[in-house]
Amino acid sequence: MSSGDASQAVALLAGLELLTAVLLAWRGPASSPRGPLAVQGFALAGLVAVIGVAEGEPVLWLVALLVGVLKGVVLPTLVVRRPSRAAGPAAPPAADRPATVRPVVRPAVVRGRSRVPLLLGAAGLVVVAYLAARPVTRVVTGATGQALPVGFALVLVGFALLATGRRSQSQLVGFLVLDNGIATTAFLATGGVPLVVELGVSLDVLLVVLVLQVLGSRIDTAFGAGAPGGTDLDQLRELHD
Amino acid sequence: MAAVLTAPLAAGLAAGFTAGPVVGPALVWVALLGPALCALAVLLLRRRAVVLVADVVASSVVLLCGGALLAGVADGGAAVVTAGGLLRVDPLAGYLLVVVGAVALTATWGGLSPGRARSRRGGRYTTLVCLFLAAMVLAVVADDLGVTWVAVEGTTITTAFLVGFAGGRRAVEAAWKYVVLASVGVGIAFLGLVLLYAATRAAGDPTLSWVRLVTDRPAVDPTVARMGLLLAALGFATKAGLAPMHAWLPDAHSQAPAPVSGLMSGVLLAVAFGAVLRIQRLDAVLLDGAAVRTLLLVGGLLSLLVAAVLVVTQRDLKRMLAYSSIEHMGLVAVAAAVGNRLALAAMLVHLLVHGLAKASTFVMAGRVLAVEGTTAIADVHGLVRSAPRIGIPFLAGAVTLLGLPPSGLFLTEAALVVAGLRSGYGWAMAIVLVLLLVVFVGMGRAVIAMTLGAPAPAGSSEPAAAATEALSAPLAPVALALAAACLLALATPLAGTLDSVVAVIGGAP
Repeated sequence: MSSGDASQAVALLAGLELLTAVLLAWRGPASSPRGPLAVQGFALAGLVAVIGVAEGEPVLWLVALLVGVLKGVVLPTLVVRRPSRAAGPAAPPAADRPATVRPVVRPAVVRGRSRVPLLLGAAGLVVVAYLAARPVTRVVTGATGQALPVGFALVLVGFALLATGRRSQSQLVGFLVLDNGIATTAFLATGGVPLVVELGVSLDVLLVVLVLQVLGSRIDTAFGAGAPGGTDLDQLRELHD
Repeated sequence: MAAVLTAPLAAGLAAGFTAGPVVGPALVWVALLGPALCALAVLLLRRRAVVLVADVVASSVVLLCGGALLAGVADGGAAVVTAGGLLRVDPLAGYLLVVVGAVALTATWGGLSPGRARSRRGGRYTTLVCLFLAAMVLAVVADDLGVTWVAVEGTTITTAFLVGFAGGRRAVEAAWKYVVLASVGVGIAFLGLVLLYAATRAAGDPTLSWVRLVTDRPAVDPTVARMGLLLAALGFATKAGLAPMHAWLPDAHSQAPAPVSGLMSGVLLAVAFGAVLRIQRLDAVLLDGAAVRTLLLVGGLLSLLVAAVLVVTQRDLKRMLAYSSIEHMGLVAVAAAVGNRLALAAMLVHLLVHGLAKASTFVMAGRVLAVEGTTAIADVHGLVRSAPRIGIPFLAGAVTLLGLPPSGLFLTEAALVVAGLRSGYGWAMAIVLVLLLVVFVGMGRAVIAMTLGAPAPAGSSEPAAAATEALSAPLAPVALALAAACLLALATPLAGTLDSVVAVIGGAP
């Protein structure tokens, strides 16, 4: 693969990641985030493979496989799965709950909130990412430097999704986009962190998502399961000063 | 307590260091795998006795190994390196191991609960506490910053279910917010480490090894390195509870079971701050050190301000203790920012003494909850008279935390102010003193209302099983920890050890 080919492939795959991030921001509350997340994960894995070829690092092939399985298959599947409600004998009937429980079932379409501000915001964040990444692109040599701002953009979009997400699932999606952004930055800027760190980080991300999934279903049980995508987190107001 | 208890043993083991290079690495592995094996033992054996004491055994192992390692590497000894350079114990790591072990022993021994061990979920609790300890040990002894990061994230994972252990809305809400905020914060730290790695790669020698970065001093691109180090410091500071990234802390620390609160407040914050100290040292060595110092100074003062405002208006005992932890981490951050030898020595002692006192006070707060059935400050009165076995140690712990003499915190806080004045931070020290006074008044008032004076008329109901257990729980760990918290700062033989720890993080005279 010539460096020109590698450069084009990197640009294409990075562009795909950015596109899926915007799709996830645009997505209505009723649509599943699984598809875009999986595409994003596979694009990241492809990115790793291309870098592995371009730099002649066979170990990156292994990492690409790991990333593909984890971020392309396992994590997107985990995000859309609700463990306890699928396994358990269904949520406790409403009559068992104490009378103080607020009404919890909200319509699936959340107050017709417009997605336009979020999209404009995402565009703004991409611009910010390009500005912020400039000093870093200067020190990165080779085919990958020009795509580097995409990693930053994913981090910022992930942050925005986390901050604005009202349901446990949308916060999880934000977390994964953020994590994909950090991983993209890592591979584009450094050709991958050392393997032992990469393995540890992958394990941590998997465990965090599992923990959040279990906690999400416990929130559903405690606060009453409502619309798809988990409980409205605006209800989490028990703790304050 | 740590040094006092382990001194004879440590001396013997330190002799072993010179005898052979095997002992040091073996101790590192024992400290790391001991807690993990305790977790495994709980999972496999499921005996009630194992479930009851496994976390205490794990803490003791960490304390003994830490004491021995510290004695070996301090005062000019060579650092212990193992696992192909991934793990390395220098004086700072040895000291933090002692802090982890001593505080964990206080929290787990004081939090022994036969009732919990009998319960269905007792095994899960003990397993998670042991794994939590193992993750903290790894975070401390890792030399590769990437491995440190993995371990710090591991502490979030292992504590997530401990925070939500009590069940119910509040606990699960606290656990969710804790995991999301802590993971994102620590994620930012990883982005920072990636940028640092990119900078070293551009300089020709890609590495995340802390000791190699400090000794080789690669000529990194200053802008990228500064971005990386700032993000890394910011991320780890989130986990260390510094304002304005502290939002998760009062929720998590107030909802977790008392011994876990003690562990998180007393030692997890210190472990995360240890990572910040390593980043600060890198900033000083690779760049001019101004960026991280400013971050720590601003974050520290802001933490003190947040704590002062919210301690005064606090209505819940455990939340008050959590804000007190933010206050003390703020002091520690200010001391790290001041950065001369006196300030750094005071900071190190402060970490240990605060950990011991905070773990003790949280343990006693757990017993207050068991006996009174509430942690609302306004609902608890006259504990010293109604339940002296709980009221007196609780009062002693709170007074130690407030920094009244003979508390070690009085000396460390005084030393910090003197050090700050010497280095030209007069204005910052003025702010520190005012805010300390506010916290003192706010927390002192609440503690006095809860402990002194006439108890509320007792209800005639039979005491619950939990209350009976709390009234007969051991007082020795709390007494030992508080005694150590008062005496440690006076222990002049420790000065040499402290000096070598301060040298690691580069205290200018």
